[in-house]
Amino acid sequence: MTITTSRVNPSAGTPNAGSGRPRRTRLLLNRTAFLAAVVVVLFAVSVLLGSYTVTIPDFFRILIAHLTGGEKIPGASFIVMENKLPRAVIGTMIGAAFGLAGALFQTMLRNPLASPDVIGISYGASAAAVTAIVVFGASGAAVSAAALGGALGVAAIIYAISSGGTLRGTGRGDAAGNRLILAGVGIAAALHAVVNFLMTRADIRTAADALVWLNGSLNSASWDRAGVLALALAVLLPAVVALAGPLRILELGPDAAAGLGIRVGATRLALVVTAVALAAVATAAAGPVSFVAFLAGPIARRFTGKASLPASALVGAVIVLAADYVAANLAPLLLDGTVLPVGVITGALGAPFLLWLLVTANRKDA
Amino acid sequence: MTDSTTTAARQEPAPGTFVPGTGPAVHAPGRTFGGPRAAWLLAAVVVLALLAGASLAIGARGLPLATVWQALTAFDPANGDHAVVHARIPRTVLGLLAGGALGLAGAAMQGVARNPLADPGILGVNAGAALAVVTGIYVFGVGSLSGYIWFAFVGAAAAAVVVYLIASLGRDGATPVKLALAGAALNAGLYSLMNVILVSSQDTLDRFRFWQVGGIAGRDWSVVLSGLPFLAAGALIVLLTGRILNSLALGDDIARGLGQRVGLARAVTALGIVLLCGSATALAGPVAFVGLVIPHAVRFLTGPDYRWILPFSLVLAPALLLGADIIGRVVLLPGEVPAGIMTALVGAPVFVWLIRRGKGAGL
Repeated sequence: MTITTSRVNPSAGTPNAGSGRPRRTRLLLNRTAFLAAVVVVLFAVSVLLGSYTVTIPDFFRILIAHLTGGEKIPGASFIVMENKLPRAVIGTMIGAAFGLAGALFQTMLRNPLASPDVIGISYGASAAAVTAIVVFGASGAAVSAAALGGALGVAAIIYAISSGGTLRGTGRGDAAGNRLILAGVGIAAALHAVVNFLMTRADIRTAADALVWLNGSLNSASWDRAGVLALALAVLLPAVVALAGPLRILELGPDAAAGLGIRVGATRLALVVTAVALAAVATAAAGPVSFVAFLAGPIARRFTGKASLPASALVGAVIVLAADYVAANLAPLLLDGTVLPVGVITGALGAPFLLWLLVTANRKDA
Repeated sequence: MTDSTTTAARQEPAPGTFVPGTGPAVHAPGRTFGGPRAAWLLAAVVVLALLAGASLAIGARGLPLATVWQALTAFDPANGDHAVVHARIPRTVLGLLAGGALGLAGAAMQGVARNPLADPGILGVNAGAALAVVTGIYVFGVGSLSGYIWFAFVGAAAAAVVVYLIASLGRDGATPVKLALAGAALNAGLYSLMNVILVSSQDTLDRFRFWQVGGIAGRDWSVVLSGLPFLAAGALIVLLTGRILNSLALGDDIARGLGQRVGLARAVTALGIVLLCGSATALAGPVAFVGLVIPHAVRFLTGPDYRWILPFSLVLAPALLLGADIIGRVVLLPGEVPAGIMTALVGAPVFVWLIRRGKGAGL
């Protein structure tokens, strides 16, 4: 059980942490501001550049015309307002949601390898969504609703499996965390079989649609979807803010946290519910974009020198926006015009990173 | 090699006696069935023979047993019913072979890794085979099950080696969580690459999706025969490693003290596992959970002795695969549910039950 004992941030920052504390906090703030700036730049790039380029004055003209009901620019108005802008907005929001969900899981389970896609929640969403697409011929909002239900259902099952016995028995968080991961891995494999089977039962074009959804894609971004997502985040973000304090104390270990007056079981449950809900609404909006949740936390920590929820959310947004720009604008040049789902890019980046993390985590223990 | 194994053998207790601490993490002595293990093995063989018979007799087209028997003893090519039975023979043989390979590989994997959760599906082997098959379809235009074999074999073997190497970096070797996560990581990465191809080529997806579910239907004798040599070699190697696995189960230090050359022993066993996993995946596609569940069930009957676990797994795993295949044939008439799906649906609850018992958590 060495992985779990390699705490989330023992190696981050300078060795003489005592004298460097104010500097580290300032560093964290500076770097977080820098990440926010990167998000803004990438947002602008994905709206303005690409296969259809818009100048900045044109963009504001289009935006003002759209808001005030003024005169529209033929073509450009539609492409910007109905395609590029909602795409970038949803990309930013799901990136932040996945990043936060992953950081919450990783901090709470004290395991840098825990994330919604590794522990199987995404597979619940996938199995439910593919069932909706293939069996009921659903599309759009119905698929999102099914994905949401599937993610929450599987999360509840995994939590029930892993928590029974251990939390009550010894109160050791690490064992419960490992069970959570292993139960997730097992359930993910079974759901994977279900998805594969449904794919063979479908018409090939339906199967191809389902495959795009399965990889996580922003291709069907729309304002309706962005609105629902924004509403969900408006509820969940305050919850994250409220839980951030107890989470930091929980990081000291369940016993210490209990000693400091935290109700460990209740706090942990609230954290799980919030993190799962974040991952679930993001998955419902765009499909399971793999590895964003997993990557955001560790990258944010390495970049800012400290485990930080806001930085994780920003890194998540950076990853999704950058990967989507590659998938939507650069990949078609190489692949005869095929727009790749964004999740293919994030998965291709994430796997080597996960392997690298495994290798370095092992070295530290040795 | 022989020297070291005989030395180890002298230290070993006679089969059937229990020495405290010999089991890695298995059951208390009271739960071992002890003596009549040979009788249990015989019973398992009988069950397997019955299932093989059932696999010939049961299907979308129901046939009386007398007709099945006639088809086997006095085959009449003009008789349609006889042809149906004959068409089920390669399928049954393939189920026996692939199931046996999965069971043996699972048991040996769990022994080598000292890890009760090792399994080809979880350890990235299937993803490696899948990416190789997709590449074969897309780049080389391969379109038949017998054409997929070589791609699947190479991909599966490469993935198995990579996952094991990554997970065993560091001093404490391949722990369950490291193996599961190294497998998950490799799975995700390989599936991403695969999806790049599948999203851009609908033809490839159309062929691949039927391979991906894993099953033993629709394979002919050429498929069976091309997998057989690898399978036989792997089975031979692994069946001879019972003693090695027993001493490895004690921990590397004790095994070394017993005269075992640990690194060599592990490498030889791993070679056998790669041959078995690769050929099973090549023959039947990615079949989940058989290799995981069977050795656990077997330990209830045999206790922790790998010299018994291996043959029992060899017999009971094909029984599970054939059983799943038979259920899959009748559960969704007139269609079929492939055996790879049924084994996953049967296996998931067992896996979860193992985790709840705490087997996976602390090891």
